[in-house]
Amino acid sequence: MEIMKAVLGLEDGTCVTGEGFGAVGECSGELVFSTQMGGYMEALTDPSYHGQILMFTFPTIGNYGVDRMNFQAPRVWALGCVAREICPVPEARPAFADFFEENGLLGIQGVDTRMLTVKTRVQGTLRAALLVGDEDTDRAVDMARRAKPISDADLIPAVSCTEPYHIAGKGKRIAVIDLGIKKNMIISLRHRDADIHVFPYNSTPDQVMACRPDALFISNGPGDPVHATDAIRCVKDLAGTLPIYGICMGNQICGLGLGGKTYKMKFGHRGTNQPVRYKDGSIYITTQNHGFAVAADTLPEGANVLYSNVNDGTLEGFEDPYLEITCVQFHPEAHGGPRDTEIPFFDTMFRRLG
Amino acid sequence: MPKKAHIKKVLLIGSGPIQIGQAAEFDFSGSQACRALREEGVKVVLVNSNPATIQTDPEMADEIYIEPIRAEIIEKIIEKERPDGILSGMGGQTGLNMTAELAERGALKGVEILGTPLEAIYQGEDREKFRALMEKIGEPVPRSMILNRMDQVEEALRMVGLPAIIRPAYTLGGSGGGIAHTREELVRIIEIGLSRSRIHQVLVEESVVGWKEIEFEVMRDAGDTCIIVCGMENVDPMGIHTGESVVVAPILTLRDDEFQTLRTAAIKIIRALDVQGGCNIQFAYMDGEYRVIEVNPRVSRSSALASKATGYPIARVAAKIAIGLRLDEITNSVTGCTPASFEPAIDYIVVKVPRWPFDKFKNADRTLTTAMKSTGEVMAIGRTVEEAFKKALRSIDTDMEVHTNPNEIRMILSRPTDERFTTLFDAVRAGFSIREIAELTHISPFFLEKIQNIVEMEKRIRDAPTSEVIRLAKKFGFTDAEIARESGYTAEEVGTMAGDPTYKIVDTCAAEFPARTPYFYSTWDTECEIPRTDEGKVLILGSGPIRIGQGIEFDYCTVHAVKALREEHVEVHIVNNNPETVSTDFDTSDRLFFEPMLLEDVVHILKKDHYMGVMVQFGGQNAVNLAVPLNEELKRLNLPTRILGTSPDSMDIAEDRDRFSLLLGQLGIPSPPNSSAYSLEEARMKAAAIGYPILVRPSYVLGGRAMEIVHDEIELEGYMKEAVRVSRHHPVLIDSFLQNAIELDVDAVCDGEEVLIGGIMEHIEQAGVHSGDSACVIPTQSLSQSILGRVKDYTRKIALGLGVVGLVNIQFAVKDDVVYVLEANPRASRTVPFVSKATGIPLAKIAAKTMIGKKLKDLGYREKAYSHVAVKEVLLPFNKLPGVDTVLGPEMKSTGEVMGIDYDFGRAYYKASISADNTIPVEGNIFISISKEQKDEVVQIAKKLKEIGLSLYGTGGTVDYLTEAGIPAQLVRKVQEGSPNVIDLLRRGEIRMIINTPTDKQSRQDHYQIMRVAVDYGVPYITTIQAARAAAMAIEAIKKERITIEPLSHYLGAM
Repeated sequence: MEIMKAVLGLEDGTCVTGEGFGAVGECSGELVFSTQMGGYMEALTDPSYHGQILMFTFPTIGNYGVDRMNFQAPRVWALGCVAREICPVPEARPAFADFFEENGLLGIQGVDTRMLTVKTRVQGTLRAALLVGDEDTDRAVDMARRAKPISDADLIPAVSCTEPYHIAGKGKRIAVIDLGIKKNMIISLRHRDADIHVFPYNSTPDQVMACRPDALFISNGPGDPVHATDAIRCVKDLAGTLPIYGICMGNQICGLGLGGKTYKMKFGHRGTNQPVRYKDGSIYITTQNHGFAVAADTLPEGANVLYSNVNDGTLEGFEDPYLEITCVQFHPEAHGGPRDTEIPFFDTMFRRLG
Repeated sequence: MPKKAHIKKVLLIGSGPIQIGQAAEFDFSGSQACRALREEGVKVVLVNSNPATIQTDPEMADEIYIEPIRAEIIEKIIEKERPDGILSGMGGQTGLNMTAELAERGALKGVEILGTPLEAIYQGEDREKFRALMEKIGEPVPRSMILNRMDQVEEALRMVGLPAIIRPAYTLGGSGGGIAHTREELVRIIEIGLSRSRIHQVLVEESVVGWKEIEFEVMRDAGDTCIIVCGMENVDPMGIHTGESVVVAPILTLRDDEFQTLRTAAIKIIRALDVQGGCNIQFAYMDGEYRVIEVNPRVSRSSALASKATGYPIARVAAKIAIGLRLDEITNSVTGCTPASFEPAIDYIVVKVPRWPFDKFKNADRTLTTAMKSTGEVMAIGRTVEEAFKKALRSIDTDMEVHTNPNEIRMILSRPTDERFTTLFDAVRAGFSIREIAELTHISPFFLEKIQNIVEMEKRIRDAPTSEVIRLAKKFGFTDAEIARESGYTAEEVGTMAGDPTYKIVDTCAAEFPARTPYFYSTWDTECEIPRTDEGKVLILGSGPIRIGQGIEFDYCTVHAVKALREEHVEVHIVNNNPETVSTDFDTSDRLFFEPMLLEDVVHILKKDHYMGVMVQFGGQNAVNLAVPLNEELKRLNLPTRILGTSPDSMDIAEDRDRFSLLLGQLGIPSPPNSSAYSLEEARMKAAAIGYPILVRPSYVLGGRAMEIVHDEIELEGYMKEAVRVSRHHPVLIDSFLQNAIELDVDAVCDGEEVLIGGIMEHIEQAGVHSGDSACVIPTQSLSQSILGRVKDYTRKIALGLGVVGLVNIQFAVKDDVVYVLEANPRASRTVPFVSKATGIPLAKIAAKTMIGKKLKDLGYREKAYSHVAVKEVLLPFNKLPGVDTVLGPEMKSTGEVMGIDYDFGRAYYKASISADNTIPVEGNIFISISKEQKDEVVQIAKKLKEIGLSLYGTGGTVDYLTEAGIPAQLVRKVQEGSPNVIDLLRRGEIRMIINTPTDKQSRQDHYQIMRVAVDYGVPYITTIQAARAAAMAIEAIKKERITIEPLSHYLGAM
């Protein structure tokens, strides 16, 4: 069997050669690493990874095959996958590499992922280019250098729904702004019998309010939150009118909507082991996937920190009790990762909604 | 939350001797706990009967009691020390059970139970309470029934069905349990289980055999924060005790949603148990369904494995939590910049493989069940499953038979024994399909695929050993020697083609944060993370897995050597592969290499940095065996590194019988007539010249493996066949056997100029019982000053004559006023920790310092006289190994040791005996059966026993000669004479101790049956006259005078 070559080039000139899997092709974007040890399909299908090449620090990926029932979107959104090794024959089918091939996805294996992780940690997130079926290292580096910085890219339109849709339920009516929503956010809402109206990223406050929602919910999404101008507008206009909840990018949108600032982190938080401290001191282990964060010191008066990251102190959630805004940077809906905050977040939300 | 301010002094109970089911992991955990508590300003009082532990070192705790772990004794220690709290979960099940017992007898008034609350101890061990708790919180457990009586068996059969698992309550490592497939098996196992259980209770439960076995190590603090330190997956599915299973970390074959279901359940369970600290939770999982199998609300062997697998120091964190600190207030000492309230993410794969003692116990039932039989384990780290499997297999150090017969392979696969894991490879080689192997074993095809990959790689190397294939083979964990064997290249050629491995850091966080911890493993990647510096370093070889003959003592010595060098500001690194130990704690040394220890592995490390020397003396026989080849390899590679201490050539003199005899001749020191032989013919001639009985053994093996007393030529023939197999390249040693001699062990340090004698130990058993199995005493009890003078003189002469620099252990036999030298071993011995504890002289530390050029006269230690007596007694594994011969002989059988210390021999021996689980009775009936030849000695002992109020029972011959001597004794039938016989009395609990020394084959048969029952019913038994005499002295002493309850410093301070 002929081994397909692949190269991964970084903007700093680093280039690694490995074995390609999936389809022949190329992509460029940010190289990010996640330290999760399982849940690889949940991550790859998470629309927040759009625009990024996802590298797993765990050295063997695909051990239990491709579990479609846990997909967070109908397709893989990460631009490409970097791994030390892809399990060739897992117990369940389809096998990871076969799935990549069938779906025209790009991957490279057989590279020193730990070396690349250390590089990212030290230098900050780097732009990268992945060439599968090619070994031109110079071209890979060149392509990486020419890749658009993630802050310049407007990635949300591609992952958001294009038309509003309705998931009927008997409970509270929730208006959801879809910036690239993960399936399990919808599932967590449905578990609480919510009547869910999902709106595209570019919906106006009037369009959202037309369904007479009990609360507004802003989802996760890819890239720099400043591009989500319509969602920010919704928060600005609707704050105080109805309770607003947000997760991940939703957290950043709420921050921006209230006049706060976001910034790009050195290499972000990606994994299923991030500890956050709630305002009462209790600690939860959470799933995270974000490269941007809200600067806690830019939160307006009236808003206070709900959660902060135990490792680096960054803001992990805030509330404005007067305006009834509650949002978190981590992923209480899990998938993959721990479910410790699913009940605290969503139950509290629905209890408050009455 | 502030730490508990009222807790100023904590009592920590150790786990006692190393035994099957309870190895070095509790020394590791307890030592971490001691350090963690003292960092917080809390005083620690430590009780442990095992002297070969780091935790009982003077610098580890504020007061150390080397005393039996018995409630009545610990109660007195509590009265004396008045601790504010007791840390229950650090001494394994022994520690938990003791805490419960102390609480039950009201000994814990004013003493707060820290860590694992009393209720959780019960819920963890009492099946009914556990079940009730699980039902209350809605967690599924297997269908089951609890039995206290044999007449409930039929009901259990109806309720639970077959196959069923039987688990006795309150036993170590599931001892006495098993799987029953038939009604008869069920009856038999329940009967044994009931007798082993402290509360006469067993659980019979639905068999989930073949389900995936998944374990979680969970931590929880007083603020209710819960984290999972590590999830582990057993390669061997349900039905085999996790301690007997090959285990991988992290969990590999569960989807995230399946994993999270179990994770959520684990957190729910630790909250329900209200444990503050660590807890091990085991699940069975199959197709979306799970059962909670077991919880261990304490640190465990699994938690030690999880600590080493992730770098997260569970025991350290658990100890801090126990005194009130919260997880986010404790620093992750690996990164130094993040708190302990996170879940480790790892970027490698860890494999654990158990080490079984069946090379020692050929008659033992090797079937693996829910009861533990292994003595230790190895861990290996790799970046692929294949690499980790291969590294673990070469760490394990056992010769495994290769099976090619498909029927035999099928048999081993379907009825798992210790051979099963390696037989999986044989099965693939023999052409079995993965589906067939999976059906036979229920092992997940995921792992079988990996094994198939390894076997296919063997083929690729054979077919086309290109340098690309060789590189790939290295990534799969093949050694140069293996590749050489398959490819036809020499190992050196392979090494050149393969290049060098890279070393990666174990950092708890998959490189997300910078790590301070220098904890490395090798893999074949591109970037090596070892910083090379100019400073000269020392590498110390550890001792690998705990096995009979190579126990925790060598780890103790390794750790001491490290400490000594650090005191001298020498940078010191360790290579070892045993996850249970203190030496593999990441902050013991300046750099830890978690690696196999074949020559290639060690050389790879030495090539990566500037090493001035390697120490091989402390790691036991395996490390010593590397001395000569390592020395040659260092020369070949032109490395500046030297073997430190005694030269490899001197080591060879000690091992080479002819060279050693020559030396003794030159020094004028007597030794028993001896010789060596390579063939049966040669052995026959040499033996005839020396005269029977003779002692035979292969050279270069530790723990007397395959050592036997041979009485005639026929026995010799049988022996030689086996010995030649065990040791092909080294001769068989033949010694004249000195019957009824007194054996002595001496541990000493030599700096090349002077000799410091640490201690002279007198064996309690006669010569012929392996020194590792013999109880011994310091100071000697029956030897004249003149003899002791000669022993010291010979020790000095031999140490200097051999050119020893470092440790030396010399064995002597004294017969008819002649002192014979039996052997000299220029390396750490099993008795070094005992001598160090008994005398306060840290021999291993002193030795390490002499090895880097320090002189004894500058170090300031002196041989001293003392007024206390210390007895070492051993722990025998017979209650864990059905079918094993219980008679002591030249082959070592014990797993661990204890020490008894007091102001006279009787009391010290008494303490040592009860610590070794031989509760010498002070009243009741004693059964004696000893052949007439030893009658004179027996009569004296019997007289003493009678005088101090015990009743005697015996078989025909013994009762006859006792009555003749005027000592009344009641007659009991021999086993062959029908019922009621001694076994019936034992079963009824009417016999409190047995003294039985078998001499001929006939009495051995009888003896065997009696001992088996005694072992099953926990009745102490004595198999030598000397031990019987010691027991009589102990009973007498204990009746006359109270035992002394004082800390070690009290005895040593008085010196």
